[in-house]
Parts: sequence; C-alpha cells; structure tokens
Amino acid sequence: MALLQIAEPEAASGPREPRRAVGIDLGTTNSLVATVCDGVPRALPDEEGRVLLPSIVRYLPGGGVQVGYEAQAHQGDDPKNTIASVKRLMGRGLKDVARSGNAPYDFVDAPGMVQLRTVAGVKSPVEVSAEILRVLRLRAERALGGPLAGAVVTVPAYFDDAQRQATRDAARLAGLEVLRLLNEPTAAAVAYGLENAAEGVYAVFDLGGGTFDFSVLRLARGVFEVLATAGDAALGGDDFDLRIARWALAQAGLGEPAAKDARRLVLAARAAKERLAQQDETPLVCELADGRRLERVLSRATFERLTADLVDRTLAPVARALRDAGLSPADVKGVVMVGGATRMRHVQRAVAEFFGRAPLNDLDPDQVVALGAAMQANVLAGNRPAGEDWLLLDVIPLSLGIETMGGLVERIIPRNSAIPTARAQEFTTFKDGQTAMSIHVVQGERELVADCRSLARFELRGIPPMPAGAARVRVTFQVDADGLLSVSAREKSSGVEASVAVKPSYGLTESDIERMLRDSVEHAREDAQARALAEARVEGERLAAAVRAAIAADGALLAADERAELERLLAHLDAALPGADTAAIRRAADALNRASEPFAARRMDAAVRRALAGRSLADLDV
Amino acid sequence: MAVTLTENAAAHVKRHLARRGKGVGLRVGVRTSGCSGLAYRLEYADAVNPDDLEFESHGVKVVVDAKSLPYLDGTELDYAREGLNEGFRFRNPNVKDQCGCGESFNV
Repeated sequence: MALLQIAEPEAASGPREPRRAVGIDLGTTNSLVATVCDGVPRALPDEEGRVLLPSIVRYLPGGGVQVGYEAQAHQGDDPKNTIASVKRLMGRGLKDVARSGNAPYDFVDAPGMVQLRTVAGVKSPVEVSAEILRVLRLRAERALGGPLAGAVVTVPAYFDDAQRQATRDAARLAGLEVLRLLNEPTAAAVAYGLENAAEGVYAVFDLGGGTFDFSVLRLARGVFEVLATAGDAALGGDDFDLRIARWALAQAGLGEPAAKDARRLVLAARAAKERLAQQDETPLVCELADGRRLERVLSRATFERLTADLVDRTLAPVARALRDAGLSPADVKGVVMVGGATRMRHVQRAVAEFFGRAPLNDLDPDQVVALGAAMQANVLAGNRPAGEDWLLLDVIPLSLGIETMGGLVERIIPRNSAIPTARAQEFTTFKDGQTAMSIHVVQGERELVADCRSLARFELRGIPPMPAGAARVRVTFQVDADGLLSVSAREKSSGVEASVAVKPSYGLTESDIERMLRDSVEHAREDAQARALAEARVEGERLAAAVRAAIAADGALLAADERAELERLLAHLDAALPGADTAAIRRAADALNRASEPFAARRMDAAVRRALAGRSLADLDV
Repeated sequence: MAVTLTENAAAHVKRHLARRGKGVGLRVGVRTSGCSGLAYRLEYADAVNPDDLEFESHGVKVVVDAKSLPYLDGTELDYAREGLNEGFRFRNPNVKDQCGCGESFNV
C-alpha cells in the first residue's frame, strides 16, 4: 500500500478563510464575473448594479482606456479605436479575419495573431481582451475585499489551441491566475448541476448577441465530454433587433435612416423585444434626429412572424451537431438554454418542439456560463464543502500504458479518462524463473512503444522464481487531480513492490498532444499490422522455447522420427521469426503446435503416472 | 484502545517534528475519500482538541480524534522504504479491503 508523509495540519480547528475564486464568461458581446458566496453562485455587479459588461474597449489618445458601456457609447463616432467582438479575433491570423468580413478596424498583419492599429498604438486581441478581464478582476476584488486566488475563464468548445492559449495569455496579462479554461457549454451544464444528474447526453443551446453555438455533451462518471459542436457565427439576438427596426421603418414609410437614427432605433427595438418575452404587445417609440417621432405597437405574433426564419436558422446547426454525434433528438436528456436571446418565447418553443421536451431555462441565460465557471473555480480553489464530491472535469489527453513483450503498448488508462483515477491490470512473467520485471511507462495512442512517448522506467525485483506465466504482477496506474501519475507494481505471492511517480503532461505542449493524436489516427492501419506481427513473434518465441524445454526434459518419450520432425519445424519457425511476414510466422507456429500435440499428451500422461506411482487410491484425495 | 508507532516510525516523527520546530505530536485520523471509502490523515499536531485521545508511543504523542478511533484502533504505524519512496505505512487490523493504490480502504 501507499506510503504516507506527514502533512501540515489543515487548519483543522476553525473553518479556513475561503479562497476567493471567480468564474469569468468572456463573451463576444458581453462579459461578466461571478463567484460563490456561502455556497451560492452569484454574478457580481458593477458600482451601478449592472452585471453585464459590454465586451467593448476604446483606446483614447494619450493612453486612456474605456471599457464596457462607456466604450459602447462611442462605437458610432470612434469606430477605429473602439474594439467590439474582439473574441472573434483571438488567436486568429489576418487571413482568418479577412475572410470573416468587414470590421472597421485597421488590421496589422503579425506572426501568429492579427493586430489592430489604434490611436494608442498597435494592440493585439490578447491586450484588448485583457482590458475587459482587468475591469472584471477589479470589480471582483472590490466586491470580495481582496486579491483573487484565481479564476476559471470560459471559452467556446470549438476554440482551438491557439485561441485557448490567447485567452489564457489575456487573463494572465490582466493579473488573473487561470485555474482552468472551461468549455462554455460545460460551464452551463455545471450551473444546472447536471454533473450530479443521470449519465447521458445533454445539449447546450447558446444564442448570444451575435453568435449561435450548439453543443452536444456526454456526461459519464461526472465528466462532460464534448461530442459535437455546431453553430452560426453570424446569428444572434442583434439580428432580431434589426428585423424589428426594419419593420418599424417600413411601417412608418421611412427609407434608410442616418447612422445615429439607426442606432437609436435598434436600441428601441431591442427594448421592445425584451418586453415581448413577458408581454403580448408593446409600444415601440423612437425619436429621430430631425425631431420626428416614430411610434408603433408591436405584437408578439407580429414579432414572431418577422423573425420565424431566424429561429429556423438555429435548428439547422442543431440537426447537424446531432448527426455528427450520431444521435437523434430523443437521445438528449436535457437542453440547457444560454444567452439572453433564448428568453424569446418562440425560440424556447422551437427548441421544445425539436427535442420533444421543455428546455432548462430557470437560471438567467445571460449568467449561466459565468455561474458554472464560478462553481468550478470554487472547487478548484479548494473551497469544496466537506462531504461534497470532487467535481471531475479534467480528462487525460493521451492514453497511459506500459510496454509488453514485443515492444507493444498495453493501455492501462485510456485517453479521455477523468482524473483523478486509478486503474490496475495484472501481468505475468514471460520466462521460467524470471525474477525481475522491467516496467516501462509510456504515453500515446500508437500500438508500438517506439511511436509513443516514454515517461519512466523502473524495475520490480525479487519475484520468486516460478514457471513462466505463474507470477501475478499487479501494475497500478494512479493519476491525481493535478495530472500527476504514479505507477506501482506488486507481485502478489511474494508481496514485492516497486513504484515511480511521473508527471505525464510535463513537457508536452498542446500541439504535441494534437500531433500524437493525429498520428494515431493516420497510422491506425499500419499500427494494427505491426501489432499483429509483434504478437505473432512473441507467440512463436514462446512456443519454440516451450517445445525445446519439453524436448530437453522428456526427449525420451519421442521416437527418433518424431523428434526429427519437431526439430525440423522448430528450425522452420526460427527462420520465419525474424521476418516481417506475420502469416508465415503464424503458419510455422501452428505447424509446430500441431506436431507437438501428441508429445504434450504423452508428457502429461507420464507426469500423471509419476505422480500416482507408489500411492494407493486411498491416499488420493479425490 | 490504542494507536502505536514502531520504534523506527517514532524516530522519524521526532526527527520531522524537530526539523519543523513546532508541534506537540502526530495526528492520525481518517477522512472519507478515495476509491474505497476512507483515507488516512497523517498530520503534525499543533494542539490537542477536547475530543481527541492521546497515546504515547516511544516518546511520541499520537493524537487521534474520537470519530476516527474506531477505524484505527490497534493500528501500528511503521516507517518503510520502497525503492525510491519512503514514508509511513499503516498496519491497520480493521481494514477489510483496500483499493489498488492503497490510498483508501474499507472497514
């Protein structure tokens, strides 16, 4: 069993001061910060009581920076220095950005990530995001009364490594210790406590201000795995506002309005849309720049007719993601609604109809991601209430296993296993009288040791001499919550043990992991062939050794021609073994195996006779 | 009712306590965790609480809280070396089975 060290007392007397940790939803349109107070997750408001912070940063001449509503107010008159939707630029190159259309910024090409020329100099999306995160950090520190222990920052499930790294860098730049990046749909599911729910498939329907994301998650043993994502990067609540504004203009017989009027009208339209979530009809009032007053009454029925096609557009990615995951709507056990735009009644209705069940919508859809992130941050910071189970959300990126005979990998912990975890498997000796076993710990998805990454080697010595296959060596892999692997081996009959501790992810960058995964897919076929060859060789060598040992021990039982035939087949197998022809090795081994069967039977009879010789029936315990 | 240390374990505890510079003894307990239900707690004791029980073993004070004692009664702590690792090992007569890693156990 494990050896323990003496630990420092865990402030056993008196409750420990909770460590302040927050969850941050860094959104395309809005961002917010939440924390867990007295066991309840809560979004933290600014000094004016507003929870949402528009994800907009304005750079002023002379180095000043405005973030949020202040910056939003200048979106119209200072577009080049007022950066909105910076999340779309995170980790993207100029080429990616140019494709996505006509943002009003001065893009500067830079290696790795596009940059923006502003009045305050060239800024990277990381720096812009850091400004938003800094405001949220200061808000949280003021509310919680001290520096933060750390933050969980959410990212879309489809974010690639570069985008995730950029988000992490932005948080670091903003003075935040990133406890973990968490997928947004996972955070939403955590907020609804689904990690304690029945295992199964859940979906997250996230209709934000300007983007739509749909994710299919599988919950197994308290861990969410993202099965599929789909979405529309140019569909959100803003499109619904525009439809209302256009309708109002058409009703009033007005043409394209001036920029300032358009902006006012859209704000009025948005307010009307939000009221329609509660009311059946609502007035839409807007004063235009020339003093005219636009006044209409908008009914919910009209609104729903105007925007029905937008709602339909959300269902195409939903169907696509389910198809990718190989699932039907009926397989989904629950649908979590995220994003302010999911408050609209006809969106809720469409989702309910599609899945045949009412969506989960009792948490504030604007806050649900941040609330889930806060819950996760609270656990990671070590404020877990006594008795509550550890929230398992991390998985092992690559499989862990050991080398077996023939340079093959025996996987012990498969990739995507949740940590902490412990798995054990029994192995045995290959040769008669083998007293030591070398244990080689490797990481990767390939079948051959040579193609995987070597993590550690250690030896188990002192195995009592036994026939091959009789020793029972239990190898246990244990990965703790920080991803630290320890491997121990124990021979059961003698109790000898040996162990080693390694950090599997140490020195492995995300791109290494990605490359190793890609290799495993690309080489799956040749790996299978290599594995078959190695297995045939191991099997053939074992058989040859066994037949030779039998001839040496009981050669007297063989007639001369039988013996010659076995020798011939042995030589034949010996010749085939070093070759690369799996089938030839198998054939040679099979031939030897068949030819030696009568010999084996005779040896068995002889052994039984020897055992029984000189004993009466009464001595036998039958 | 007792929890004891082997002479070797006691010597190591004394050495650790001396190096740490404070503490009245060794606190031993159990908490719920791990794959088999319970895990050992092994800490320095800075104070003795009202519901603690104290045992003296080779000159070291062993402190056990009343709730943990039923799971630990009769346990002897040894100090062992295994390959690269060395540390304390619980010899607990109450254990029915333990998980593969030995971190947790059942009674």
